Amino acid sequence: MTTHVDNDLLLELKQHQVDAKLHWFELDRRDFLKVLGGGLLVGALVRPVEAQESGRGFGGHELPQELSAWLHISEEGQITVLTGKVEIGQNIRTSLAQQVAEELRVPMESIGMVMGDTKLTPWDAGTFGSRSTPTMAPQLRAAAATARELLLASAAAEWKVQPASLSTNDGKVTNPAGRESLSYGQIAKKLQQVKIVIAQAKLTPTADWKVAGKPAPKVDGRDFVTGKHQYPSDISRPGMLYGKVLRPAGFKATLVSVETSEAEKQAGVKVVRDGEFIGVTAPDAWSAEQAIAVVRAKWDVPEQPSNANLFEYLKSNLDTSRERSEQPVDLDAFKKALSSADAKLEQTYTVEYIAHCPLEPRAAVAEWDGDSLTVWTGTQRPFGVHDELVEAFRMPPDKVRVIMPAMGSGYGGKHSGECAIEAARLAKGAGKPVKVVWTREEELTWAYFRPAGVIEARSGVMRDGRIVAWEFHNYNSGSSGIATPYNIHQLNIQYHPVKSPLRQGSYRGLAATANHFVRESFMDELAHEVKMEPLQFRLKNLTDERLKAVLDAAADKFGWGKEKSTAERGFGIAGGYEKGSYVAACAEVAIDPKTRKVRIVRVAQAFECGAVVNPNGLRNQVEGAVVQGIGGALFEQVKFANGRILNAHFSEYRLPRLSDLPQIDVVLVDRKDLAAAGAGETPIMGIAPAVGNAIFAASGVRLRKLPMAPEGVVGA
Amino acid sequence: MSALTLIVNGTEHRIDAPPEESLLSALRTRLNLTGTKYGCGEGECGACTVLIDGRPVRSCRRKLAEAAGKKITTIEGLEQDGKLHPVQAAFLAQDAFQCGYCTSGMIMFTTGLLNMNPHPSDEQIVSYMSGNLCRCGTYPRIVAAVKQAAQNMRKG
Repeated sequence: MTTHVDNDLLLELKQHQVDAKLHWFELDRRDFLKVLGGGLLVGALVRPVEAQESGRGFGGHELPQELSAWLHISEEGQITVLTGKVEIGQNIRTSLAQQVAEELRVPMESIGMVMGDTKLTPWDAGTFGSRSTPTMAPQLRAAAATARELLLASAAAEWKVQPASLSTNDGKVTNPAGRESLSYGQIAKKLQQVKIVIAQAKLTPTADWKVAGKPAPKVDGRDFVTGKHQYPSDISRPGMLYGKVLRPAGFKATLVSVETSEAEKQAGVKVVRDGEFIGVTAPDAWSAEQAIAVVRAKWDVPEQPSNANLFEYLKSNLDTSRERSEQPVDLDAFKKALSSADAKLEQTYTVEYIAHCPLEPRAAVAEWDGDSLTVWTGTQRPFGVHDELVEAFRMPPDKVRVIMPAMGSGYGGKHSGECAIEAARLAKGAGKPVKVVWTREEELTWAYFRPAGVIEARSGVMRDGRIVAWEFHNYNSGSSGIATPYNIHQLNIQYHPVKSPLRQGSYRGLAATANHFVRESFMDELAHEVKMEPLQFRLKNLTDERLKAVLDAAADKFGWGKEKSTAERGFGIAGGYEKGSYVAACAEVAIDPKTRKVRIVRVAQAFECGAVVNPNGLRNQVEGAVVQGIGGALFEQVKFANGRILNAHFSEYRLPRLSDLPQIDVVLVDRKDLAAAGAGETPIMGIAPAVGNAIFAASGVRLRKLPMAPEGVVGA
Repeated sequence: MSALTLIVNGTEHRIDAPPEESLLSALRTRLNLTGTKYGCGEGECGACTVLIDGRPVRSCRRKLAEAAGKKITTIEGLEQDGKLHPVQAAFLAQDAFQCGYCTSGMIMFTTGLLNMNPHPSDEQIVSYMSGNLCRCGTYPRIVAAVKQAAQNMRKG
């Protein structure tokens, strides 16, 4: 399992083009101490090794390279976690604090979290791939458990008793025999120690959790209902100007000519030009908008593909240098198995590009202080943006600091640092701090999209429901979740990279959503072909107990099989697993017989991600993923032609609204015996195929495309 | 530029700004009231919702000239003497957010809705609130929060 997950991570990193950290630089601990003061500092390692005692005091000594986080207990007893992970609405500020509190035996309110600050937190690849819970959390737990052991040992030495005879509670070590206690701060003051973790710190078993594993509200929830929380786009600096950037008339455009004099005439406006980068700064946002609007530019936009020929384009523009097969295929054996099947089926599915649409668009505030640069920006990869800035401005890495205040979400769409670079370039030109906030149109045009794809499926099945051969080709959308969980001997599963016509990148769940849509829809087609009940057909080909368990749980909650689909009401089921977690969804759709309008009435979704850390936050994630998944399933589609986006506004890009909300029943399958896996992505994967199968059950229409009903209707 | 008076959360502000500037832009960048959010600039998402004379409006679509002299309430103005407004309290109690970026607009719109209609039906809640986008998909909890807020307000 570990290897599987590690491979997934490598794959994920590859897809984000950050294979590994190229350079490691010594963290300047002086900055750190200015913030934190003395006390006990425990460093967590990416891969725990033998405990390293790094000596007393905060003197200079080498830090190990793969440090992943810090845990600090100040002389006043203030507990601070410093991690490069970031909060984007997935709620890890809360769930990580819960787990640290658990190991330290303190209330979770006493944990301070410093996240995503490249100056203060150790390097981190980024917050994506559902990695915070399975990787960062155990590292932090180990650091916290080690800190607790150190505190206990120190108090035991002081009182000349065995550590095991002492208890820790509420930030104190207590000696029941001597009726004496020492606060964590008092002990930390005495220790003045740095310790790098950790071989065998004894973690609290999940079954014994008292703080973790329980529903916790968002730790700083009050700041969000009062408007106090400062998102990246809310940051303000003394003397700050507002910037706008001139956008080309289309993708891959070249600048023919530009006239900036009218903009320059406006009061307080400065034009900054660097090659084809042209931007303006102004004392207020409104003036900056007016100024950029009067910059006259002519662009040459080359001819480019459009939706009309997208799928032919994807099939005929393979990037063969990147071809990869999931596993070696014995084609002769595959063909033999296929020809032995009682029934054969072959279908092509398509997936359009969709946009992340985080409600907060890209935003950055950049401030230069001499040759040092600080940028506050919304990103899932503060260290990635740091490196982009280093490269863009050819700066020494230690002169760049990126700070990421909890942002208005990302869903995989904010891995890149365009806006940070723009703000920094304008700030350099203007000689003052500059804020750049992208408009919705910019976000829907110049960010990147979830990849479009063509997926071809072919299979052979026996009359008794056994699948004997399975062929699956994914063009462009990606390889995540491409493997089948069903027991099939002869497989030919391949992902074919393509030279994408649009800028594309990660999106919540990556290609697993597309691959699950096709696999689970096609499974439904096969079940229909051999006249088997869809759930029974799946179970017939399945031995994975965890997947069976969520299918059963969803079916049970939904009342699957209790009613038969009619022309106006259809029921569909789908399941799968990815990134160590399991999902199954049942959906009921209603189709209006006159208008053919389709509406999702009810969804029951079961989800299992090992031990549940925060049932409250998890339920929120699962419900939210279902809602977001409805958009990609039914409506969402980036329309484009010749290097231009044709629906770069919310009035034209159809997002799920409250009126689209079905009844959602979530079943959390809590496996206390398993390590906690991440949960931000997999819950989005079941809804599209469940809905597609329900539409088929009602109408007999098999929709082999995402989105399935862009105009909200299903043909007769 | 011209001098305008904005009455925001009970305080009068004299600002020098073009009358065609959006209220959202002025609130955020001239008065540093950043609790009101930009989401789309075309009134489609509701993140910028504020109250003008008690009624919810999209501040991105409202020109300063139209807002000047009227009573404007933003998210920063709901809390009184450290006590959350019942709508804020309901959203907090229901944990009705994920990233929270839509929350200000959701709360302001709900406040405006309940000002106009203290007893909204489920259908009315869905119909009214569908103009406000939550991309994280927290709608089930938002509905629960609106219902709880209505109860909170009736109890006073």
